[in-house]
Amino acid sequence: MTVLKVDNLTKRFGKFTALDGVNLEVKEGEVFGFIGPNGAGKSTTIRVLLGIIKATGGQVRIFSKDAWAEAVEIHKRIAYVPGDVNLWPNLTGGEVIDLFVKLRGGNNQSRREELIRKFDLDPTRKCRTYSKGNRQKVALVSAFSSDADLYILDEPTSGLDPLMEQVFQECVKDAKKAGKSVLLSSHILSEVEKLCDRVGIIRQGKIIETGSLSELRHLTRTNLLVETKQPLTSLNELKGVHDIEERDKDLSFQVDTEELDSVIKHLTQFGIVKLESTPPTLEDLFMRHYESKGAGGVS
Amino acid sequence: MAGSIYKNTGSLSKMIIRRDRIRIPLWLVGIAFFTLIIPIAFDGMYSSQQERDTMAETMQNPAMTAMVGPGDLNNYTTGAMTTHQMLLFTAIVVGLMSILLVNRHTRADEEDGRIEMIRSLPVGRLSNVNAAILVLAATNVVLAFTTGFGLYALGIESMGLEGSLLYGAVLGVTGIFFTGVTAVFAQLSESSRGVVGYSIAVLLIAYLVRAVGDVSNEALSWLSPLGWVTQTEAYSANNWWPVLLMIGVSIILFILAGYLNAIRDLEAGFFPSRPGRKNATAFLQSPIGLAVRLQRTGTIAWAIGMLVMGLSYGSVLGDLETFFEGNEMLEQMLVAKEGYTLTEQFIPMLMIIMGILSTVPPVMAMVKLNSEEKKNRIEHLLSRAVSRTRLIGSYFIAAAVNGFIMISLAAIGLWSAGTAVMEDSFSFDTIYGAALVYYPAILVMIGAAVLLIGILPKLTSLIWLYVFYSFIVLYLGGLFQFPEWAGKLSPFGYIPQLPVEDMKWMPIIALTIMALVLVVFGFIGYKKRDIEG
Ligand SMILES: Nc1ncnc2c1ncn2[C@@H]1O[C@H](COP(=O)(O)OP(=O)(O)O)[C@@H](O)[C@H]1O
Ligand SMILES: [Mg+2]
Repeated sequence: MTVLKVDNLTKRFGKFTALDGVNLEVKEGEVFGFIGPNGAGKSTTIRVLLGIIKATGGQVRIFSKDAWAEAVEIHKRIAYVPGDVNLWPNLTGGEVIDLFVKLRGGNNQSRREELIRKFDLDPTRKCRTYSKGNRQKVALVSAFSSDADLYILDEPTSGLDPLMEQVFQECVKDAKKAGKSVLLSSHILSEVEKLCDRVGIIRQGKIIETGSLSELRHLTRTNLLVETKQPLTSLNELKGVHDIEERDKDLSFQVDTEELDSVIKHLTQFGIVKLESTPPTLEDLFMRHYESKGAGGVS
Repeated sequence: MAGSIYKNTGSLSKMIIRRDRIRIPLWLVGIAFFTLIIPIAFDGMYSSQQERDTMAETMQNPAMTAMVGPGDLNNYTTGAMTTHQMLLFTAIVVGLMSILLVNRHTRADEEDGRIEMIRSLPVGRLSNVNAAILVLAATNVVLAFTTGFGLYALGIESMGLEGSLLYGAVLGVTGIFFTGVTAVFAQLSESSRGVVGYSIAVLLIAYLVRAVGDVSNEALSWLSPLGWVTQTEAYSANNWWPVLLMIGVSIILFILAGYLNAIRDLEAGFFPSRPGRKNATAFLQSPIGLAVRLQRTGTIAWAIGMLVMGLSYGSVLGDLETFFEGNEMLEQMLVAKEGYTLTEQFIPMLMIIMGILSTVPPVMAMVKLNSEEKKNRIEHLLSRAVSRTRLIGSYFIAAAVNGFIMISLAAIGLWSAGTAVMEDSFSFDTIYGAALVYYPAILVMIGAAVLLIGILPKLTSLIWLYVFYSFIVLYLGGLFQFPEWAGKLSPFGYIPQLPVEDMKWMPIIALTIMALVLVVFGFIGYKKRDIEG
């Protein structure tokens, strides 16, 4: 079942085309990662989904309803967390959470308390005294304490520390377990990898790839840095190894994720002293995308 | 389906009330108190009809008419007097209240990204603007009834029930009218500063159109909503039609605001926002340049406003002479004082108004430092190689120059229009000098703002109370016969009233020193205290 479907969505701000024929689909019970660099059009897409800005062209349907015309009906089943949460300076965090819960209808007091505890939020303080992360927690608590069917999260962890990111990831996993759908936008590939079943990659207002992570494996390369007892030989003959560079005693190179297993087996023959791996970044991914399409490099 | 664009308006209204549970009552109590205290004072000071008629005579001149509007001067009861001298002024304050409150809950909230969260919930597209309109309309209705019944309850003979209710109703509908005006601008302009700026511009233009219209061409006054306010003639003719007219126009404005809101994107407007420069100019790259740049539009608007105000006052100076020529009694009464012409005697009164109004933009420019601090933007400067003294000093210099420009423009406007319409006009030096003597007092007010920012940053807005006090005591002081010392609590009370009085240098020097002392203490305080935000 499709929860959210975007067909050929365009959005222009004056002469500037922010979205250029975006297609997206989120199915029931899946966590969909929406990734792209800053300014790619993630927030703009999400704002069209929420019916707070109007599409210039194309169709956006959530729960088979039109995102602009039937926004209120749709929002009864949606929870949204923006990347930059702004709240009323002279209301307390607790008051804001209650307001949001009340506006949506439905009330899950015990879930609210549990989340406030988990996120380590002091709901008695005025919003003016909250840091960015704390304001984000207010939005996260009110989102996850609601009984929504679709969670729309726009870079929701940008102000959270790693501990709280963990709590956030648990919340997303719980939602998934309960059969809910999630649209999670991010510009950090590794974050999306941990949580998402499928991802869509947007760049300059266009979706350039969609698919499950394993389908996109061909696009991801892991960066490796190794030091071995005996000098490494014949590395460049292995399949899926790229960009080999020598640094002092170390050797750095990239490996296609699907070839990782055979490359590591090869390395062990030389006695590994040090092995560091870094996950592929979004930039790496774009590189690969344009290489494989033969469309030149990234500008 | 139709109801869904209004969904949750009730809950949002409650939230607005919750957020303004102190602010709204404060406005209401302030305006009601002010409205009720005036007729009591009038009744005490001008208790006999004879005294009131004398007052009516002095009010019977174009300068006064331009300022407060026409009144029922032939039957100048306490009620008619209150309406004539206070209604327009109070209506402006009510308009201001509506402008500030509506903006606070519409564009200001939207600009700061707070409406985004609200709109992601099952809340209708028009719910927020409707909630703001609803709360403000209710506030103004409460204001109408409290002042209406309150005035009647004073039990003053000439202030009957109908007149009192009309007086209250006029105030209320003026508030509702400007609620509508602001709601429309909140859709058109992308920034909350723009909304307040455009709305206040409408208020000022309405006032000026009415001023010129009341003096020269009555039809012109009909174009101004503030002209309608004075057309009600509460406590004399008791015309209710302007009230109905204002309600009608307000409803149209509400519908227009709703329509515009429904078709636009969140956080977008209809007025084009020009793309800015790619690089900062050399001027902008200093704290003083930044201070000036941040307020450029507002400052230009004020500058134009001051010039127009000077021009409008100047344009009535010619009529003043003609008027006096035809009225021997009044001529004798006022000239009895000294060897000055009647027009000359009006100059100091105009100067006080222009002097105090010229204080508003520079004090705003100074207080801006405080609001920047609250928004955490000061950190960006202080964390770089900008000392606190340099920062506050930059704002102070910007404010001081701003004040000088404002008072100069008002004086230039007054002089140019005056010269054009008068046969025997003033020399430029006379007018400019009479205005410029107020500059030290303006500096003291800026200095007081500096002191507050430096020492009591949380209470910085008290400076507005002081400006307001100065205005009441010195402009209206003559009417209420406040004691001498009340005027001396304001720096404006020490200024020699040129050209009717001789130039006195002592107070000018003393005020300048006073301003410097305030500024220095403010700087020291600013250096020592924590930066908040
Ligand atoms: N209201 C607007 N007016 C003009 N341009 C906009 C507006 N909102 C977004 N944009 C532009 O659209 C592009 C996409 O922005 P956004 O969706 O916020 O990116 P992301 O969320 O992926 O970082 C950016 O280039 C941005 O400058
Ligand atoms: Mg974004």
